[in-house]
Amino acid sequence: MNRGPTWFNVTSLVLGFAFLYIPILLLIIYSFNGSRLVTIWGGFSTEWYVALLHDEQLLDAVWVTLRVAALSSLVATVLGTLAAIALTRYGRFTGRSVFSGMTYAPLVMPEVITGLSLLLLFVAIGFERGFWTIMLAHTTFTMCFVAVVVQSRLVTFDRSLEEAALDLGCSPAKTFFIITLPLILPAVISGFMLAFTLSMDDLVIASFTTGPGATTLPMRIYSQVRMGVTPEINAICTVMIGFIAIIVLIASIATKHQETVRRREEQAAAQ
Amino acid sequence: MAKARTQTIGAVRRTFSPWTDPSATPLIRFENVVKSFGAFTAVNHVSLDIYEREFFALLGPSGCGKTTLMRMLAGFEEPTEGRITLAGQDLTGVPPYERPVNMMFQSYALFPHMSVADNIAFGPKQAGMGKGEIAARVEEMLALVKLESFAKRKPHQLSGGQRQRVALARAVANRPKVLLLDEPLGALDKKLREETQFELMDLQQSLGMTFLIVTHDQEEAMTVADRIAVMNHGVLVQVDPPATIYEQPATKYVADFIGDVNIIACKVEGCFGSDLRLATSLTPHPLQVTHSGDQKPGDEVWLAIRPEKMRISLDAPDAAAGNCFEGEIWDIGYLGDLSVYHVELPCGTRIKVSQPNLSRVVERPITWEDKVYVTFTPHAGVVLSR
Amino acid sequence: MALPGSRGIGRRLVIAVPFFWLLLLFVVPFLIVLKISLSQDVIAQPPYTPLLDLSQGWAGLKDFFSQLNFDNYGYVLDWNNEFLNAYGSSLIIAGVSTLLLLLVGYPIAYGMARAPRSIQPTLVMMVILPFWTSFLIRVYAWIGILSQDGLLNQALTALGIIDTPLEILNTDLAVYIGIVYSYLPFMVLPLYSALEKMDGTLLEAAEDLGCPPMKAFWLVTFPLSLPGVAAGALLCFIPAVGEFVIPDLLGGSDTLMIGKSLWTEFTVNRSWTASSAVAVLLLIVLVVPIVIYQNIQARQLEAGK
Repeated sequence: MNRGPTWFNVTSLVLGFAFLYIPILLLIIYSFNGSRLVTIWGGFSTEWYVALLHDEQLLDAVWVTLRVAALSSLVATVLGTLAAIALTRYGRFTGRSVFSGMTYAPLVMPEVITGLSLLLLFVAIGFERGFWTIMLAHTTFTMCFVAVVVQSRLVTFDRSLEEAALDLGCSPAKTFFIITLPLILPAVISGFMLAFTLSMDDLVIASFTTGPGATTLPMRIYSQVRMGVTPEINAICTVMIGFIAIIVLIASIATKHQETVRRREEQAAAQ
Repeated sequence: MAKARTQTIGAVRRTFSPWTDPSATPLIRFENVVKSFGAFTAVNHVSLDIYEREFFALLGPSGCGKTTLMRMLAGFEEPTEGRITLAGQDLTGVPPYERPVNMMFQSYALFPHMSVADNIAFGPKQAGMGKGEIAARVEEMLALVKLESFAKRKPHQLSGGQRQRVALARAVANRPKVLLLDEPLGALDKKLREETQFELMDLQQSLGMTFLIVTHDQEEAMTVADRIAVMNHGVLVQVDPPATIYEQPATKYVADFIGDVNIIACKVEGCFGSDLRLATSLTPHPLQVTHSGDQKPGDEVWLAIRPEKMRISLDAPDAAAGNCFEGEIWDIGYLGDLSVYHVELPCGTRIKVSQPNLSRVVERPITWEDKVYVTFTPHAGVVLSR
Repeated sequence: MALPGSRGIGRRLVIAVPFFWLLLLFVVPFLIVLKISLSQDVIAQPPYTPLLDLSQGWAGLKDFFSQLNFDNYGYVLDWNNEFLNAYGSSLIIAGVSTLLLLLVGYPIAYGMARAPRSIQPTLVMMVILPFWTSFLIRVYAWIGILSQDGLLNQALTALGIIDTPLEILNTDLAVYIGIVYSYLPFMVLPLYSALEKMDGTLLEAAEDLGCPPMKAFWLVTFPLSLPGVAAGALLCFIPAVGEFVIPDLLGGSDTLMIGKSLWTEFTVNRSWTASSAVAVLLLIVLVVPIVIYQNIQARQLEAGK
C-alpha cells in the first residue's frame, strides 16, 4: 500500500512521533538542569552526572542488572531458539498445543502474576533468593519473546536449503549449525537484544524474586522515584537512553550498509 | 551449436531402449509405492522401473504426485507402503544424506551465505574428500557449466540462468548415481529455457548419469526425455517414449494433456480386419479408422485426432479422400507458423484443425464463416476405450 | 518429514529442554499459587501452611484435601475489601485505554503504511526505539510533565490558557496517559503490519468501482486490518489489566487497579495466601482474552505472516 503522503497522514505521523519523543527529550534536557528543583530551569550543568559516578549503591545496581541481563538473555536465546524450532519444524507432536500455549502466554501475562508465582516456587523449593532467582525468572519470561522473534523468521525460511544440505550428504545436526543457524542469525541476535532489554527493564518480576543483596537498577530507580523527581534520576535515565540509542544506531547502520552493498551487487548481477 | 549436437544425440538415442530388453536390470525400482498424507493419497500403488543412463521425465499437472514420488527417492518422504530400490539396495529407512542420489531444487536452494565455489564444494566436503581433490572437482564443475570466472561470487550476485547452472553443478559434483531435477527450468524465461534443455541433454550424455526430471511442461518433457511417465491423481497413466505418448496415447487423459486434440465420442459399428467403422453424431457418414485393438461392434469408444493430422479445404473432396466433416469456420487463431481453425459442425460441435502457413501470399485465404471440408485418413486418429 | 534433527535423540532434546523449563518455571508456579490461595496464613516462614506432604503417602494426600480452605477467596470477594472494585476498575481502565490506543495508534499506523516505501523501515524503527528505552523511565518522564508545577502546567500558564494549574498527576487521567504512552508501540506495530500487507490496488479497485475514498476506507481498508486491530488490542488490554507501575507512579491513592492491590496485599499486608487468591482470580478474568490472543499468535506465526 503506497499512495504518497496526504496532509492527514503527515499530520498523524508528526503528532504521533511528537507524543512518543517529547517526554523523553524533556527528560534528557532537564538532566542538565543546574537547579535542584526539577521543573525550574537553573542553567546548564553536568553536576548530576558527576554525582552518579560517586553513588556506590547505584553503580552496584547497574552491575547486578548487567550481569542478570547478560546471563539470562544468553540462556533465553538458546531456549527460545529451541522452542521456535520445535514449534516450526516438528509438525504435530504430543503436547504441542500445551507447548505453544506455554510459549505465547507469558508474552501477555501480567507481570504481577508471573512475579508472585515464581517467588512462591522459589520459596516452596527452598531456593535462596537473590541474583540466581532473578536470572531464572528473567530467562523464563524473555525466552518466550525470543521464541516468537525466531519463529517468525523460521516460518519464512526456505526449507529446501536444509533439504539441499541433507541431500548433499550433510547430517541433520550439522545442517542446523552450518546452514540454518547462520541464516537465522539476525533474528536470533534481535531476539537476544530484545531479551537483554526486557531483562534490564524489568521492575515487577525482579522485585518479587529478589533477595537481600541483589538490587537491580530499575528497583533502585523505582525506590528513588517514589521519593520524588530529582535531576539525578534524569541523569541515570539519560545515560541509559544514550547507551541504548548508541547500540540501536550501530545495529541499524550496520544492517543498512549491508543492504546497500547487497542491492548494488544484485544490480550488477542483473546487468 | 546446440542443434548440431542434438542430431548426434538423436542418432545415439534411437538405439537406446533398455526398457524393451527383458534381460536388462533397472537401476531404480518403485515397487507398489503408496504415499498418504492423512486421508489424502498423493501416490497410489506406483510401480516403475528406470534404467541406467536414462533421461526419465515425470509429467503431470500440479498435485498429481510427481514431486512426492521424486522426494521419496531423494529420502525426504518415506513411502507409506511398498519400497524403492536403487541398484538393488533397498532404500527404506536410508536418510537423504546417505543416499547416492542428488537433487536440483526448483528454488535452486543455493546457500546464500556461501560463494559459488563453496556451494559446489559442499557435497564433496560432506563426502570427506581431500582438499586438493575438492578444489579440482570444483574447477571441473565450474568448467562444465561455464562459470569459471564466477567462483567467488555469492548467489545473489548471479543472474537467474547462472544460479540455475550453479545449482546443477552443485548437484552433480558428488557424481550421484541419479540426478533428480525438480522443475529445474521453471524460473527461466522461454528462450533461455529452450537453450538450457539442450544443455541438460548434452550434460546427461557426457556425464553418463541417470536423470529423473519432474515437470509440468509437456514440451520440456518431450524435448529432453527418453521416456515420459504421465501421472494423474497419484497414478501412473502411461509410461512410454515421447513419440509414443503423443501418437499412441493410452487414454483420453493423456491425449488431452499432451498437445491439442479433438476427442469424438463414437460407437463401433463393425470390424473389418484392422479397420473399424465408427458411427458418430457429428456426421451422417460412418468413419473408417485403422485400429489394432479388440473393440467389438456396439462398444462406446472415443476417437482422438490431433488438429495437424487433418486437412481443411474450401473445395469438396473426392469421395475416395476418406473421412470428411462439413462445417463452417467459427474462429481462426493465427500463430504465424500455422493457423488453427475452429470449425463448427452442423450439430453445433466445434473441432480444431491446424494448417501450416506454407506460403506468404495465398490467393483465397480461408476466412470466417467460410463453408469448409475437413478430411482425414483412417490412420490419422487413435481409438481409445477409456 | 526428514528435516534436521527430526530423528532420534536430537529432536527429543530440542522439544524437551524448553518444554520442561517452561513447565517447571511457568506452569508449576501457577499450581503452587493455586494451592497457596487455598491455604491458611500462619505466622512463620514461609507464611502459609505447608504444601502437599507426599512422604506421608495416602494420609498426606487426604490431609491435603481436607486442609483446602476457601477463606482467602471469601476475603477477596468481600465487597468491603475493595478487591471487586479493583477488578472492575482495572477492566474499565484497561478497556478505555485500549480504545484510546486504537484511536491514537490507527492514524499513526495508517500514515506509516502510506508513507513512501523507502522511509517505512525508518518509521518502524522510530516507533520501536522508545520501546527499547526503559519502561520505568518512560513512565517517570510523565511525572515531571504532569505534576502540579510540571512542564505542562507551566506551558499552559505561560500561554495564558489556564490561571490555576490543572491537577493531572495522581488522577485516573494520568494513568490513561501513561498506559497509552507506554503501550503505543504494541498497538501501532500489529496495525502497521496488517495495513502494510494490504494490496494498494484494492483501494484503487474500490474507487474505480465508484466508491469515494472515505467509504472505501470503511468498506475495504478497515475490515482487512481487523486481524491487526485484534492482535494490537489484546496485546495492550491483557497486560494493562494487571498493570502495577503506571497506577502506582501516576495514579492517585484512589486509583484502584488490581495489580496495585495485589502488590499492596503482598508487600504491606504480607498476606501471601490472599495475594495468591487475587492472582488466581485475575487469571480467571483474563483467561478468555489470553486464549484468544494465543490462537491469533499461533495462527499468524504458523501461517508465515
